[in-house]
Amino acid sequence: MSDTVIEVENLTKRYGQTTVVKGISFSLARGEIFGLLGPNGAGKTTTILMLLGLTEISAGKARVLGYDPVREPLAVKRRVGYMPDTVGFYENLSAADNLRYTARLIGIPHDQREQRIAAALDRIGLGEVGNKRVAAFSRGMRQRLGLAEILMKDVEIAILDEPTSGLDPQATLELLDNILALKKAGVSVMLSSHLLDRVQSVCDRVALFNSGSIALMGTVADLGRQVLGGGYSVEIEAQGAGLADRLALIPGVSSIEQVDIGRFRLSADRDVRPEAAAAVVEAGGRLYRLSVEVPSLETIYTRYFQGAKQSEGARHAA
Amino acid sequence: MRREGSPWQGLGVVILKELSDHLTSVRMLVLSSLVVLTAIAALYGAIQQVRDSTAEDLFLYLRLFTTAREPLPSFVSFLAFLVPLMAIGLGFDAINGEYNRRTMSRILSQPIYRDALLFGKFIAGLLTLSISLLVMWLLVIGMGLTWLGVPPNTEEMLRALVFLIVTIAYAGVWLAVAMLLSIIFRSAATAALTSLGLWLFLSVIWTALAPGVADLFFTSDDPATQIIAAQTLARLSPGTLYGEVVLAILNPATRALGPVYLSQLQGAIPGSPLPLGESLLIAWPQIVGLISAAILLFVIGYVVFQRQEVRA
Repeated sequence: MSDTVIEVENLTKRYGQTTVVKGISFSLARGEIFGLLGPNGAGKTTTILMLLGLTEISAGKARVLGYDPVREPLAVKRRVGYMPDTVGFYENLSAADNLRYTARLIGIPHDQREQRIAAALDRIGLGEVGNKRVAAFSRGMRQRLGLAEILMKDVEIAILDEPTSGLDPQATLELLDNILALKKAGVSVMLSSHLLDRVQSVCDRVALFNSGSIALMGTVADLGRQVLGGGYSVEIEAQGAGLADRLALIPGVSSIEQVDIGRFRLSADRDVRPEAAAAVVEAGGRLYRLSVEVPSLETIYTRYFQGAKQSEGARHAA
Repeated sequence: MRREGSPWQGLGVVILKELSDHLTSVRMLVLSSLVVLTAIAALYGAIQQVRDSTAEDLFLYLRLFTTAREPLPSFVSFLAFLVPLMAIGLGFDAINGEYNRRTMSRILSQPIYRDALLFGKFIAGLLTLSISLLVMWLLVIGMGLTWLGVPPNTEEMLRALVFLIVTIAYAGVWLAVAMLLSIIFRSAATAALTSLGLWLFLSVIWTALAPGVADLFFTSDDPATQIIAAQTLARLSPGTLYGEVVLAILNPATRALGPVYLSQLQGAIPGSPLPLGESLLIAWPQIVGLISAAILLFVIGYVVFQRQEVRA
């Protein structure tokens, strides 16, 4: 069995004259958490729907677990769990009854059904309220019920569309824990979001969507290097004579800036904290604080889209 | 390009779920009690009338369905008017309800085709209507037995059975209308209002309007042509078709559903009943018309639904 579970090549979606997804290519490895990030309307949901065979593909190729979502949607949908943006359930039915309906649609054998439903509800922390009507459920509980459905389905890939939108911080953390648990169980996860800092903590790799195409793709650190240039920013609080010159000599440091008396900021292409500490000590200085700023997805994102806008503005001006 | 797998996968599951939803819903309870109560009222009037007037009648039982006593209309007129209401009540939020509850994409991401969802919903609605109509039908037969004290003969039972089947087909037409509108309009309220408007227009206004429209577009010296044109137009309403079938089936003396020349009546014995086969033959175009209207409307809905985007 191959290690790539989703392979997308030049995937395109057109609605009449407008192209919503413009020839994107990416792949998802087994057991990986892959984040589709980008502003609303960037084509994330459309991409997901094409992968599930729920909307037609205008051009390009997609393979999910080796199946073609256009011709073999049932095979794809049997092995992939999908939680839509603001997932809905039948309000007049209990949580367990909702899962029972899905279980019958999936075709889970009768003798396994109850046990799998109970196990899924327990794992997600809804075991106690399984027989309550969904009408009484909060947003967070519904999202969790959506995950329980995926757990019950016992899938190889879970696709989650905006799983954290509209959740309070506590519920978001719980949901992300559940997503990590999915990964531990060997499920590949693809999730879309515009909430960056939360997503950063769980994603192995991300793709940044910008109006229908993938602008950037890779690990968060990779993206930081691509967008922010130097990548690492080390801040030092130390006192001593000639420190600035000594610090500037450290290999890998591209620039040094004195922020305040006794406070320096180094831009470097790697984490130079050990060398900086050694330099301060060697110079006979006193070291008070040493910190590195890991590039956050938020910074990358805003910086990238600012850059994109500026270059666009320049083009318009020209 | 062929897609893999059967379009019927999951159909049974959808039917059972929708059926249990319908049968336990408050809406269904309200609608069926409304229909049953009015039916009983009409039936009571009919029984009084039958007792008073008809001493000797070959088809006493069928009179239960068709006899009216002022101020109430007959049982069949009630059905012709209220069955669409029931069907609309069951169908107007079939598809847009799934979108509004945001369950559509979740259900369609399970290993089923859209076909199963749509067809399952239609079948479940039709089954629900059939169950209520069957109950009502048995109620009429039973009340007739106790109040009239005369058992129905075979011919009457057969005719009553055909009447039941045709009524279900008539309900199917309106169910298909309501479901089509629930596919077209994303708002359940719009779909409900539009189907109710259509129902009022076709049941009440169109029958009155058809002769006028015929006068506008056809000018002929022969009054028969004019009448036939008006009748053809009126038959665009499922209510007209249903009324004609009921007339032919429940009134065995009916010999034609259109205008008849005097010359055609030569040799006929007025008032003598036709056998069931002949009555069926007279109403056959109307029966086929009702069933094909239901199928046609369903197919239009099916095509629209297949092309619809899943995202809400």
